[in-house]
Amino acid sequence: MNNIQKNRLKDQLFKFWGIGCTLIGLVLLVVFIGGILIDGLSRIDWAFITDLPSRKAEKSGIWTPLMGSIWILVLTAIISFPVSVAAGVYLEEYAKKNRLSALLEINISNLAGVPSIIYGLLGLEVFVRIMNLGASVLAGALTLSLLILPIIIVATREAIKAVPNSIRDASYALGASKWQTIWNQVLPASSGGILTGVILALSRAVGETAPLIVVGALAYVPFAPQGPLDQFSVLPIQIFNWISRPQQGFIDNAAAAIIILLLITFIMNGIAVYFRNKWQKKLQ
Amino acid sequence: MESRFISEINGKKNYNNTMSAIMLKKPEDAKIEAPIDEKYKLQTKDVNVFYGDFQAIKDVSINIKPKSITAFIGPSGCGKSTFLRLFNRMNDYIEDFKMEGKIKIDDINIYKNKIQLEQLRKEVGMVFQKPNPFPKSIFENVAYGLKIQGISTKKLIADRVEKALIQADLWNEVKGNLNKSALSLSGGQQQRLCIARTLAVEPSVILMDEPTSALDPISTSKIEELIYQLKQDYTIIIVTHNMQQAARISDYTAFFYMGELIEFDKTKKIFTNPEKKRTENYITGRFG
Repeated sequence: MNNIQKNRLKDQLFKFWGIGCTLIGLVLLVVFIGGILIDGLSRIDWAFITDLPSRKAEKSGIWTPLMGSIWILVLTAIISFPVSVAAGVYLEEYAKKNRLSALLEINISNLAGVPSIIYGLLGLEVFVRIMNLGASVLAGALTLSLLILPIIIVATREAIKAVPNSIRDASYALGASKWQTIWNQVLPASSGGILTGVILALSRAVGETAPLIVVGALAYVPFAPQGPLDQFSVLPIQIFNWISRPQQGFIDNAAAAIIILLLITFIMNGIAVYFRNKWQKKLQ
Repeated sequence: MESRFISEINGKKNYNNTMSAIMLKKPEDAKIEAPIDEKYKLQTKDVNVFYGDFQAIKDVSINIKPKSITAFIGPSGCGKSTFLRLFNRMNDYIEDFKMEGKIKIDDINIYKNKIQLEQLRKEVGMVFQKPNPFPKSIFENVAYGLKIQGISTKKLIADRVEKALIQADLWNEVKGNLNKSALSLSGGQQQRLCIARTLAVEPSVILMDEPTSALDPISTSKIEELIYQLKQDYTIIIVTHNMQQAARISDYTAFFYMGELIEFDKTKKIFTNPEKKRTENYITGRFG
């Protein structure tokens, strides 16, 4: 076997090793989703979605935690979007590049890595106790907003960085002020990237459990929340609660609820991918 | 802004009036300056520019006549682009930028604190090296300069967009697809769109920073023709690496070397009988 053949063999070996590694993750995911579908798919019907929780497995539905998740999602989006995009714009367009901004930058990256339970404890102290919001939807949404703030800030900054300077120059040269340039040129050109970041961050928030348990989301709430100060439950907590019961009926319920939760996150990620592709096309 | 806008509608262009509108508050400040020398549109006196410790421009004084084309030539890094960008204060965004001396447009010192950058840049338009249209429609690109001034009358905007596109010799190519993305145009069309965008704001001075260096020869000759026509109404400064281009279209040529203005004269004189040896060496291709 000469050198060329040896190199070809190595090439082939690495290719198959790579295929194997890629498949591990995929196969596990397929097995997991398959198992869930087998357990849960037969359980999903309209009644399952619109029924209130019950002591009997076959009578329980996910209406209250689903509505809780949607409330949390919407409120978190409303709170986190303006705050984090404004922060990202400030850091990228206005802040002078000095030690203070470097320090801010490092700390925002660090915040993105803080375990979510810590945010839960912070939310419990600040929102639930000091601001006296109680174990409400609003307290939960504020806590999750803190959690995803650094993620959206980083995404916003990356998207703004990708806007070529020639566009800013052109705008300034026509007599635009800084704000006009940001509002009319920089933000529209980076909106796809920012939206992608926001949606990915929100789809993370919708799956969060730990911080909401700490803040006081309940496993059993008789009614869907009517306002931001009502008590609430969310899908992941409902799933956790059902899974920990011994009866097979509740295990099936949990599988069905997981399908709904996965569906929500897949749809959100799909929207994010759509925006990203559209945005990339626009900038080219 | 008001006074400029009104003077336009009446069809009378009064640049002194316009430039005094650049002043933030007290237009009478303009009167403190020496009486207006009608002969020159742009004047610089003893201009020095520093980037940190590096001196990019050394003691440059130059006077430019209205409705003329002046070419800035010189080897890369000689400071000609830096000098060009002084006239609309685009260097202000560069860190460590420091400027000494006086630069006057219509006898108003544009580096005074009271100057409003937005107004200055309405008067002094700029076309860049690489075509840089906004990622928006053709119409939006040309209308942008008007919209940021707060003009919202649709008819007026549409008229000015059409006029600017006709002036930039692009109207016939795009009139059917004004809503198409500007990025779908060819490089040469994009650059003419950038010129139209500048014209729509109705400046009196246009700065061009190597406007054809990214274009093919046919697009280049179209743009050169266009620049030559624009001379009737505008004072134009063009930075170019292309000696033939400078010789073809400009009335005056300034040769820069290492941040200094070596020679400034009628283009014919510079290219046939330059005073300085260094100018001759450069235009004959012995260095640079």
